[in-house]
Amino acid sequence: MVPLQGYLVVGAALFCIGVFGVLARRNAIAILMGIELMLNAVNINLVAFWRYVEPTAATGQVFALFVLTVAAAEAAVGLALIIAIYRHRASVNVEEVNLLKW
Amino acid sequence: MDPFSSIAVALENLLASLGFADWLIDLIMAVLRSAILGTVALLAFMFLTWLERKLIGRMQDRLGPTYAGPIGILQPIADGIKTLTKEIVVPKGADRWIYFSGPILAAMAALAVFAVIPFGPDTGNGPLVGTALNVGLVYVLAAGAAGIVATIMAGWGSNNKFAVLGTFRAVAQLISYEVPQLLSLVAVAMVAGTMDMVKIVDAQTVPFIFPLFVTALLFLISGVAESGRSPFDLLEADSEIVAGFHIEYSAMMFALVQMAEYIHAFAISCIVVTVFLNGWAWPFLPGLAPIWFLVKCFAVFFILIWFRGTLPRFRIDQMMAFNWQFMVPLALVNVIVVAVVDRALSDAAGWTSASQPWGWGLVMFAANAVMLLAALGLMSLKGREARMRDAEKARSQSAVAATGR
Amino acid sequence: MTAQQGFFVFFSLVTLIAGLRVVTARNLFHAAIWLVLALAGVAALFAVLDAGLLAAVQVLIYIGAIAILIIFAIMLTRGMMAPERRRLNSWSSTGAVVSLVLLIVLVQAIIAFPWATPGAALAEPPADSVVTLGKALVDPNQFVLPFELASVLLLVALIGGIFVARERRGGE
Repeated sequence: MVPLQGYLVVGAALFCIGVFGVLARRNAIAILMGIELMLNAVNINLVAFWRYVEPTAATGQVFALFVLTVAAAEAAVGLALIIAIYRHRASVNVEEVNLLKW
Repeated sequence: MDPFSSIAVALENLLASLGFADWLIDLIMAVLRSAILGTVALLAFMFLTWLERKLIGRMQDRLGPTYAGPIGILQPIADGIKTLTKEIVVPKGADRWIYFSGPILAAMAALAVFAVIPFGPDTGNGPLVGTALNVGLVYVLAAGAAGIVATIMAGWGSNNKFAVLGTFRAVAQLISYEVPQLLSLVAVAMVAGTMDMVKIVDAQTVPFIFPLFVTALLFLISGVAESGRSPFDLLEADSEIVAGFHIEYSAMMFALVQMAEYIHAFAISCIVVTVFLNGWAWPFLPGLAPIWFLVKCFAVFFILIWFRGTLPRFRIDQMMAFNWQFMVPLALVNVIVVAVVDRALSDAAGWTSASQPWGWGLVMFAANAVMLLAALGLMSLKGREARMRDAEKARSQSAVAATGR
Repeated sequence: MTAQQGFFVFFSLVTLIAGLRVVTARNLFHAAIWLVLALAGVAALFAVLDAGLLAAVQVLIYIGAIAILIIFAIMLTRGMMAPERRRLNSWSSTGAVVSLVLLIVLVQAIIAFPWATPGAALAEPPADSVVTLGKALVDPNQFVLPFELASVLLLVALIGGIFVARERRGGE
């Protein structure tokens, strides 16, 4: 039987990979992919806790389902924003979108 | 008299007597089951290509293939030999990994559906099914969705503008028609009370095509659109987009694409039979139920061939309008009506699908008929308005042209 | 090693390696395909954890909709048929250090925490966990309010997405 720490470590590793993707990439869509990795890592954690702590209640799975829903909504709006930015400046490089910087 | 289960039990006993460990026997039986399911699907594909060509030929007042074998029955083998011996031409600048894995993934996704379809009843050794998932319906939809990514990979990997354009349209059509497919399966899950395909077959005291025929129609039409068959075959039509996303595939890769499409269509017919036509059930020898199941699947596939031979092709904007302005609202209304009528029946008169199958079936059929007639009436009203508007516009335009001259 | 442990190790490796390739791929379309593989790995992990419905829904929604949306956005914001000249931004080394430190801190916390180990055998989820899940989503004492709010959120996202990305006539 796999210990609970195994799943949590996998979740933590995937989360940190996502953090690296968000912090270190130039293309806005690549950053969004990093965000999706982070949300999936959170889902792994939630489902692991559901299975190991309280499998008879539905709370863990419901929480994971809501995270999935919010991720879908956020991906849709984020990509719409990226497409709008692309129309204005013909580039999705986040280092160039800096009109509001001091 | 149950040939399939007794062979499986005999094989297990043989392996156990040879001293294999328990988990190894399970693994071997699972691998064998998947191999048999895959083989059945691929043999069905071979037979279906021949059947389609013969039937389309007859519908178009000509014979189909007649040279290879007595009635052309060996034509699929001839096609296979030709395909294997052709050269695979990889376009210059194609992304090799993605180009080759696109069709393979599409075929995998189409074959994955067969893992949850029950072929026979439970004669003491478990139902004759790959695996009795308790979320079988959602798994079937997910396998279809995975095939869409494979389509994108095939189109993108070809390094060809027509292929990319064809991919856009194909994916737009495929993800749009998933919505009514999903909603119709929601209605089925509500009525059957379960998402397990094995239990859905058992729950059909009356075949669901009778009390849920609007649902069945919606699922059939969206299934035809999902597998890219006529009349929804805009994505691969020669006269439209020069074969669309699989334009750069030749020989074996093209055969894989064709295989994925046919097996997907066959999987849709198997799901229709399982969910709406009572699956493998027939009142006689339960051991030979898989044969009756396959006969029913071929009958539903005949309807798909009939569609192809009869109906002209949709344009892309007509297809999208049909989906979003007719099928999705109808599917939503269908879910509500099915839920309300089912609940009202069981509360008011105590008729459920279990206690009073034919009474319940009749009332649900009436509700479905009312809904369908209302939908078609609304459509014909809107059609008449559109026709009168067009006639008005044409009259005013000809009047302007007459006076302007 | 039991079969379940073997599956866990295999799918975890697939997910993590695919995740690494997502954030380091030079060609953006390849990154999207690695993302699809990572999402499939996560779905497999859900299946190993006996959350069957969640695994199927993950494939259906993440791979069947969100990944396709991302690929569409990549295709629409072209200019990456050629590999990116520089795919990492100007402070990527700081980012790498930050994520590495975060990983070390998290793993230390996970290993050091005294989890209540369930013993040799876990409690089994109920046979009808799907029914429990469905009832929990519409039960007024449980999760019906977040459920309705989630549907409002999706409607808002739908309208917002269409509005933000629509074609504008003339200058903004």
